[in-house]
Amino acid sequence: MVTDKPTTEVIWEWLDAVPDPEIPAISLTDLGIIRNVEWVEDTLEVTVTPTYSGCPATRIINLDIETALRDHGIENLTLKTQLSPAWTTDWLTERGKQRLEDYGIAPPQPAGSPQHCPLCKSHHVERISQFGSTPCKAQWRCQSCLEPFDYFKCI
Amino acid sequence: MTDPLFEFLCRMGDNTLVLGHRVSEWCGVAPVLEEDIALANTALDLIGQTTLWLNLAGEVEGKSRDADALAFRRDVWEFRNVLLVEQPNGDFGQTMMRQFLFDLWHKGMLTALQDSSHDQIAAIAEKSLKEVTYHLERTTDTVIGLGDGTDESHARMQKALDRLYPFVGEMFVADDVDGAMVAHGIAPDPAHLRPEFDATLDEVLSNATLVKPDSEFAHKGGKSGQRHSEHLGHMLSQMQWLQRAYPDATW
Repeated sequence: MVTDKPTTEVIWEWLDAVPDPEIPAISLTDLGIIRNVEWVEDTLEVTVTPTYSGCPATRIINLDIETALRDHGIENLTLKTQLSPAWTTDWLTERGKQRLEDYGIAPPQPAGSPQHCPLCKSHHVERISQFGSTPCKAQWRCQSCLEPFDYFKCI
Repeated sequence: MTDPLFEFLCRMGDNTLVLGHRVSEWCGVAPVLEEDIALANTALDLIGQTTLWLNLAGEVEGKSRDADALAFRRDVWEFRNVLLVEQPNGDFGQTMMRQFLFDLWHKGMLTALQDSSHDQIAAIAEKSLKEVTYHLERTTDTVIGLGDGTDESHARMQKALDRLYPFVGEMFVADDVDGAMVAHGIAPDPAHLRPEFDATLDEVLSNATLVKPDSEFAHKGGKSGQRHSEHLGHMLSQMQWLQRAYPDATW
């Protein structure tokens, strides 16, 4: 039982340590899907927005948030789903984008295509498919090092 | 008459449910791996949207039915999807033509629904529109690529268009349910979406070197639920069998 309510800053730090279940290189806060954390009297309300409406990771994400917060002693917890404003890749943090690149996934670009190959940094890249291994990614290929890679779709 | 808002939400949710299930039938058997993944992802988006629409429909109805109950425990005559989406997949070209025609209508509808007087409907539309815009980009490219492709792909796309065009008209026919939605500022008159649909369709078909059929004859009866084609029952028997045989089964 937590006697003193942790501040929302502390809770954001805890959530910062929860990895995305499908792309564990980045955290849920990097992904920008946690929209709000606040205490409503003695209940902690966490507002989450889905990336894609059918993304199977959404349920796991909610479970992971709940598990992490309960492990830190939070007992009264409500998870709210918020659809609007709809999630956009603009909400990815700069740190998140860098982590994606280091992990081998080209981060989203406003132009709609990867800036360069995340492996060899060549600008000669081509699209293989508009879709990839998760709803948030597309498949691209580097024409220099010939490696296929994932591109985080810009929406 | 049933609550028109419930009817309207079932129409939105049943369109995405039936098409989502149809598209998922390609999983594992698409022509190439990339298309297999693309089709599965499209189906996933549609099923996700279905959950949002049908959960809201269940809330509005107030009889404790959620999206699963509506999807798996209703029979053919209770479905409110347009006839286009229940048509069989046919070959890859026919599947892509069906998807393109639906995406084009869907995008226009969702764009208008973003301004709905109903906040939850506006929110679902805003979320879905991002996904559907992406679907339409892909199907437009594919229809043009295959239409203006080889003799074989061109012939197949023309055949698909001839087969599916008679199902286009139903998406734009307004009835009492639509009238009630317009009166409350909840949804647009579907007939008003037609000019923009036609303009884009003509442009894409022209780039695809395909010819729109002369006849504007339209099969109807899906969105009203009065007369579905024989294909829907077969699809539901496969989609619903597990919940029918083992009600409330979970894993």
